[in-house]
Amino acid sequence: MDARDLHLNIDYVGTAGIILSPEQKAALQTSLTILQSNQKFSRVYFWGKILGVKDDYYIAQGVGSDEFSERKILYSKDCIRWGLLPPATDEMREKAKLAKGRFTGDPSFEFEHTEIKKIGEGDDATEEEETITIKEEDRLAAVISEIDSDVRIVPRRSYIKTPTGQGFVNRSFEGLSVSEAAKLCNYMHFRNPKQLQEKSLLQRANLDKAIDFMDPVDEDIPKGSWSLQFERGSGLVLLRSVLWLGYVFYHVPGTRHYGSIYVGTGEKNMDLPFML
Amino acid sequence: MSSDVLNNERDVTGSKPQTPQNIENNLSKDTEFINAKSYLLTASTKTGLNLYDHLAKVLAKVLEERPENVADVFEDFSNNEKKAKFVSSVDTVQNKDDKSTEVALAEIQEKLFSKGDGEDADVEPEEEIETPLPNLMELCYYFEQAGIGLNREEVIRVWLALKNLVDNHPLQHVRFWGKMFGTEQNYYVAEVEYREGEEEEEEEENEETHEEDTTEKDLDEEDEDAEIDDTPKPDYKPPPVIKKEDNRTGANKKTYFVCNEPGKVWVKLPQVTPAQITTARKVKKFLTGRLDAPVVSFPPFPGNEANYLRAQIARISAGTHISPLGFYQFDEEEEEEEEAQRDNFVENIDFEGIPVRELIDPSLSNWVHHVQHVLPQGRCTWWNPIQKSEDDFEEDKEEEEGDEPEEAEPEVGPALLTPLSEDAEVENMPPWTAKVSSRLVPQYSIAVLHSNLWPGAHAFGTEKKFENVYIGWGHKYAAENYSPPPPPAVMEEFPSGPEITEAEDPTPEEEAALRAAQQEAEEAEEMEDDEDEEDEEA
Repeated sequence: MDARDLHLNIDYVGTAGIILSPEQKAALQTSLTILQSNQKFSRVYFWGKILGVKDDYYIAQGVGSDEFSERKILYSKDCIRWGLLPPATDEMREKAKLAKGRFTGDPSFEFEHTEIKKIGEGDDATEEEETITIKEEDRLAAVISEIDSDVRIVPRRSYIKTPTGQGFVNRSFEGLSVSEAAKLCNYMHFRNPKQLQEKSLLQRANLDKAIDFMDPVDEDIPKGSWSLQFERGSGLVLLRSVLWLGYVFYHVPGTRHYGSIYVGTGEKNMDLPFML
Repeated sequence: MSSDVLNNERDVTGSKPQTPQNIENNLSKDTEFINAKSYLLTASTKTGLNLYDHLAKVLAKVLEERPENVADVFEDFSNNEKKAKFVSSVDTVQNKDDKSTEVALAEIQEKLFSKGDGEDADVEPEEEIETPLPNLMELCYYFEQAGIGLNREEVIRVWLALKNLVDNHPLQHVRFWGKMFGTEQNYYVAEVEYREGEEEEEEEENEETHEEDTTEKDLDEEDEDAEIDDTPKPDYKPPPVIKKEDNRTGANKKTYFVCNEPGKVWVKLPQVTPAQITTARKVKKFLTGRLDAPVVSFPPFPGNEANYLRAQIARISAGTHISPLGFYQFDEEEEEEEEAQRDNFVENIDFEGIPVRELIDPSLSNWVHHVQHVLPQGRCTWWNPIQKSEDDFEEDKEEEEGDEPEEAEPEVGPALLTPLSEDAEVENMPPWTAKVSSRLVPQYSIAVLHSNLWPGAHAFGTEKKFENVYIGWGHKYAAENYSPPPPPAVMEEFPSGPEITEAEDPTPEEEAALRAAQQEAEEAEEMEDDEDEEDEEA
């Protein structure tokens, strides 16, 4: 969600139970503006909120001119002072999956995970416990990058790829029409494509290279991992991910207004196959 | 030169003095130009377009609109211009007024904003008539301080819808319970209490009992058939059906209405049965937003989504409805029956209010549950399942062979108005998170409690006011992954004996031997018979 008109855009997701108190809105407006100028970001997004047991984390994302590669994640506990999160490495992601339970709200908290390993073979096998500690700050960074790659979406045509391979905001994007907005195939994962290369030439023949350079949402597994609803009749479309409960994407059909926010506990819904 | 020509096509030769050399030059340039222009004016054989007109139009549009960095989006301009050719400005299909869903919904909701019929509007509203309608906007204000809740406009709509509900039903007490998200639609839930004695009769109950009767009859018929065929009967006895709690008691103390959008019809949810609550504990399903949708789950859920929703509401209410200590108290007159669990309380008129600082105390002893705990049985007050077996004694006589159910141990839960400090921990987490709404102006802040057991359940408290709300997906928190309960143990097989064991077919030799043996025996018998006859004759 673009930080520039956060106070207006946040109203779009109010029906999904996501609101900010007036105090938070005012504080974010001030601090994000300063953040943008200090860190020399070309744009700042209010990414969302991760709820902890004792305290919550407010997350902002600053991007440079290339939104795909130049991303920085910042977090704050009071909406005023922002701290930079380390970029998530693969090792951090793997470790973060081992941590169980909610975030506590203390970045220096360490989750512990004990793994029992068997050493030796047959009767000589001895069990050895190995304790892995995961720092909450690292887990936060890992979870944010997971959410970004799993569920962050944009409408089709809102970004274009130039022949040089860079992705840009499409200035000519005029919004999806109502009937387009009702179809999941008109939303794309905002990440480097994972499934696109696996498609056959025949399947790729109908794709527009400038527009369809990301994975469409309707191919997500399992089917039904998105809940698409129209609010206000057809005046606003909300897409909620049921894989990451708390991720909400909004788009006003026929306009350039779109954005997304995550407000949740930062835990992936692993029970999804049972719940549909 | 060429630009001149562009501007004024007819004045091709008029601009320069006509010296012989110039004429020659001009002529060659002009012919070049004319060639170029005629080329640009060539219409495409496929679309009939020509580049000259197209460029002129595009450039005119660019100059009209003057967008920034036009070189980047020039292709789109050209593309749009070409597209525009195909769209007719007059279209019988497009000009037909097609009501969008947006308009349809607005028309439904418009009724909320009308102030009754013309006659009603004229009547002076009676002053100080007590209405059960809560001041939802005030509560919304408090929740907004805490960063919880819904849009203000949405709350207004819900409020008006609640007003509708109050106008159409004899209600004593109404509150906005919360919002449940579904995959297709959402539910707004209203919690109501009818005025004493004015409850609308429930007809569903009778239907249910009828259904049970028919199934029993079917069973009887099957029994008769069974005597003929002698098919094996399972000796599985279903556990006794736990009796439903009466209206106005236990889990059915309040009645719930739901609607998908404010302004649409409020639908009354059916009463909850203990079986539904116990099954709802074992399953984890998303709501769809359609009340008649089936709940496909294991173990099978008895009922459709309306029942599931109602069961979840009962569970959430029991777990998360809290009030400051002392706001409610037990009725003093009822003290005689101390043995039985008290399930009634009254508002404490002398309640002084608890300061915010004490409300957010981590021990949480200043908050109490004011909804009865639901026992593992699925009821709030324990009910002995064995008493039913005494009623139909005869049936039991036949079935009871040895394993008489043991005397059931009564289940006991925490009493009503138990402080939150007694709540069990949730997976090594405190069950509640208490906060103040503002760190910057703590003097005027309110106390906010978030439930960690039911994410989405919140409560606020300030001086003499408090309220609970639930906005979420309706699932209990679990750190471990959900795994459905295993299917019941496999039943024992029929004891295998010689009568049901398959024997090998005899070989021809064996058959022949048997036959020979039989023949011999027969002959021997005959011989004996003959002898006997001979004896008799003799």
